[in-house]
Amino acid sequence: MTEKHHTAHHGKKKAEADKEWEPKIVGFLCNWCSYAGADLCGVSRFQYPTNIRLVRVMCSTRVSPHIVLEVFEAGADGILIGGCHLNDCHYMTGNYHTEKRVNLMKRLLREAGVDEGRLRLEWVSASEGEKFSKVVTEFTEEIQKLGPSKIHTDDMMKAKVAAADDASETFRLKALVGKEFNLLSKGNAYGDKLDPEKLSGIIDVATEEEFERALILELARIRPISVKQLGMVMEVPTDRILRHIVLLRQNSMIAMEHPEGFTPLYKTIEIGGEQ
Amino acid sequence: MPENTSTEKEKPRIGVFICHCGSNIGGFVDVKAVTEYASTLPDVAYAADNLYTCAEDGLNNIKDSIKEHNLDRVIVSSCTPRTHAPLFQRTCEAAGVNKYMFTFVNIREHCSWVHMKEKEKATQKAKDLVRMGVARARFLEPQEETKVDVTPTALVVGGGVSGMTAALSLANMGFPVHLVEKDEELGGFVKNLHGLMMTTKSANETIKPLIDKVNAHKNITQHLNSHVASVEGFIGNYDISIGGDGAEAKEVKVGTIIVATGAVPLVPEGLFGYKEHPNVITSTEFEELCNKKELPKLKSVAFIQCVGARGQKVSYCSRVCCNVAIKSAINIAENRDNMLGVTEEKAAETGEVVEEPAAEKKAEEEGSDRRRRRRGRGRGDEDEAGEEAAPSSGVEVTVFNRDVMSYGVEHELEFNKAREKRVKFVRYLPDNLPKVSVKDGKLEVGYFHETLKMERTMPVDLVILSTPLVAQPDAATLSQLLKVPLGQDGFFQEAHVKLRPVDFATDGVYVCGTCRGPADISEAVSQAAAAASRASIPLANGFVQAEALTSIVDETKCTGCGTCVETCPYSALRKNEEGITEVIVAACKGCGCCGATCPEGAITMTHYTDQQLLAEAKAALEEV
Ligand SMILES: Cc1cc2nc3c(=O)[nH]c(=O)nc-3n(C[C@H](O)[C@H](O)[C@H](O)COP(=O)(O)OP(=O)(O)OC[C@H]3O[C@@H](n4cnc5c(N)ncnc54)[C@H](O)[C@@H]3O)c2cc1C
Ligand code: SF4
Ligand code: SF4
Ligand code: FES
Repeated sequence: MTEKHHTAHHGKKKAEADKEWEPKIVGFLCNWCSYAGADLCGVSRFQYPTNIRLVRVMCSTRVSPHIVLEVFEAGADGILIGGCHLNDCHYMTGNYHTEKRVNLMKRLLREAGVDEGRLRLEWVSASEGEKFSKVVTEFTEEIQKLGPSKIHTDDMMKAKVAAADDASETFRLKALVGKEFNLLSKGNAYGDKLDPEKLSGIIDVATEEEFERALILELARIRPISVKQLGMVMEVPTDRILRHIVLLRQNSMIAMEHPEGFTPLYKTIEIGGEQ
Repeated sequence: MPENTSTEKEKPRIGVFICHCGSNIGGFVDVKAVTEYASTLPDVAYAADNLYTCAEDGLNNIKDSIKEHNLDRVIVSSCTPRTHAPLFQRTCEAAGVNKYMFTFVNIREHCSWVHMKEKEKATQKAKDLVRMGVARARFLEPQEETKVDVTPTALVVGGGVSGMTAALSLANMGFPVHLVEKDEELGGFVKNLHGLMMTTKSANETIKPLIDKVNAHKNITQHLNSHVASVEGFIGNYDISIGGDGAEAKEVKVGTIIVATGAVPLVPEGLFGYKEHPNVITSTEFEELCNKKELPKLKSVAFIQCVGARGQKVSYCSRVCCNVAIKSAINIAENRDNMLGVTEEKAAETGEVVEEPAAEKKAEEEGSDRRRRRRGRGRGDEDEAGEEAAPSSGVEVTVFNRDVMSYGVEHELEFNKAREKRVKFVRYLPDNLPKVSVKDGKLEVGYFHETLKMERTMPVDLVILSTPLVAQPDAATLSQLLKVPLGQDGFFQEAHVKLRPVDFATDGVYVCGTCRGPADISEAVSQAAAAASRASIPLANGFVQAEALTSIVDETKCTGCGTCVETCPYSALRKNEEGITEVIVAACKGCGCCGATCPEGAITMTHYTDQQLLAEAKAALEEV
């Protein structure tokens, strides 16, 4: 499930939007390297397109999946995260965690059908002013090619990105990705280092499941919906949907409505989300 | 989330000051238009433009406007926070606005200077950036910086020239110092050296006064044969455990720490016939032979520079080796203190490194004399300085180099002196390294003559390999204990290469000498004095003020899962008796790792809350 560029249907505003469309790009830069690199870029007068808007954070590690996905939800066409080169992070291991978090963000974007090229992680040091201008120029061109974000024109896309955001906030994914770097570098409580591929597989499965559950909740929030309907819009086998529903009901996150007909409909419980 | 925490209180009153920076911004962005736009934004009570906001009248304008318009938060939209935030924050504080109620918007480095040919778009971007700043400012909260008491004692790790100098400076200021040295005596690497550059005193004579002063100083406690076993705490309050050989660990409390653990020379395993031929030695081994007076009589010596350096085993230039080679070449040429061949017989007896040439020497002597004369004639092409008679010692000295790094005034003079002494400097290119080989039991160096464009060989008695200083093999252990970083080459990495060369990013820990990269003694000593002065500031103040950029744990949300505790690079999080995590504010550096990690969303980052960051980023996307 990836975006279909250019050919997709944009709704009524398509014609005018396309004419004057300029990508909206947000960049999160760490204070110590990439922000300083962007400063040097300015001091050296390397030019780049005007589309990017920069937000300063102390370390790239601060940029949680939730922040990135919520900014995508708000309509960003592209997001750049800039940090120090590995081993140069001002806070030593910060950007190793950034790497893991960005992997999760990309996994979730894939689930949501958003081209993962819309999110870019770059290491730019304080002395790489020219590199910064190249990165921004290249990234802007890439986003130009991908076209406008479909958040405002495609309701399913909106629900999916919202689900990706919700999934990124689940205990399971946060705990897994929060521990990922240490599990790989230092090992678990017993000192066993995990096989990176195995761990990656575990996170893949967790991401898919958490995303699907979050999407069920998103869809069942809009209107009561049946397992079969969910299966169709989500393109997921119904037995899988049913398993998710059972679990969501156990956690009182979803309620069953039984109108006249035969098919039960499910509706998200608003407050019960957090037990 | 509440809509806006400040609506419950008073409505924010934001002042926006937009800078022309002369024409630096004004020339490429319509500053008046941006100012006008800013005044229309929510909660903006006042907006003005200044020619130079950082000049006296610009700063006064901020102060006066705060009073006049009753502003409770300030935005300056100008250059970069990395250089100018402290100035504007002080200005705010002087007018009674908490420094955390200040927001910087960068419209110069990130706008006017990078979009110099599109004024309209640059102006639009500047407006967007100001709108983002306003969106952030609305959610700011005043913060209080915590004061932490400081134990007025220092720890210095490493007893070389750097460590001794730093310890002595601090001790002279009246602070007790614990000096930890892993060796059985003070002095560091300089103990191995013979003569030093630019002085006629020997290395040991040179550092003896320093060692004597350290030994005599009542404020310095030495811990020899010792190492730092554990480090707990943070700036002002470190609990250090010092381990010794078999001895029981000693616990000391210190306020600041200086790292001065030096470096070691690279062992050129497998390079240029090292270890294959006994007369191929490193410059360090050469110094040791000089010290032991075990040098044989020599006729021809070759130095090879940059062995393993600059793109071979390590990437960098080791900075000292060229000048060390020049020093040694002059010493050989002058036969300083009769260093050459005085212990010929002794050397033969002990069977040390020098045995072979010493034995060979006599048989060869006449031959090599003739050879030298012969080569002397056709030598003009080697080097301009090499035309005439051999140096006073009668030894030919050739320095094979990539280029001679005799930087600065004194080193250049030494370089000239070497040339006057008929030391030859022959250049080689990195893709055509000199080759050391043995022909008929005799050492020779083959090289490509860059001017003649032909291969040549030169018989030599001794090849000295100038190898770079490399990081201490155990630097990583100390780096982890102190939570300070190593750079890519394994040396300790300072906080800022230009502006904070002897600080670590971690407050309270400082660095000097060759553990931070190759340096000669005078450079190491300057760094040590600088590090001592930096380390004395918290000690003298008696307290430190921690920036209020920290994490806050909401104990009602924390379930004690411990994920954050593991990820914090500064051990600034610990579980309390109830199993709930708490922040050690003085140790937290505010990186935000735990905030992005906590699976329960229990951690907020002060001054960089989700709400603030999201407001700022989302404001970029608004249609206007
Ligand atoms: C061949 C050669 C010739 C040189 N000649 C000259 C010259 O002529 N003139 C000149 O100015 N410079 C010269 N130098 C450079 C000079 O040696 C250095 O500038 C100087 O040694 C730097 O001093 P330092 O105190 O920083 O480090 P060091 O001298 O290396 O001292 C570090 C000390 O820390 C100790 N230590 C290390 N790790 C630990 C630990 N974990 N715990 C406790 N203690 C520890 C070590 O035992 C050592 O005593 C030369 C260097 C070389 C390689
Ligand atoms: S990660 Fe969050 S929930 Fe877990 S211990 Fe830390 S603060 Fe508590
Ligand atoms: S913000 Fe960084 S330094 Fe502070 S407690 Fe969290 S992880 Fe540790
Ligand atoms: S400070 Fe730059 S990535 Fe951590």
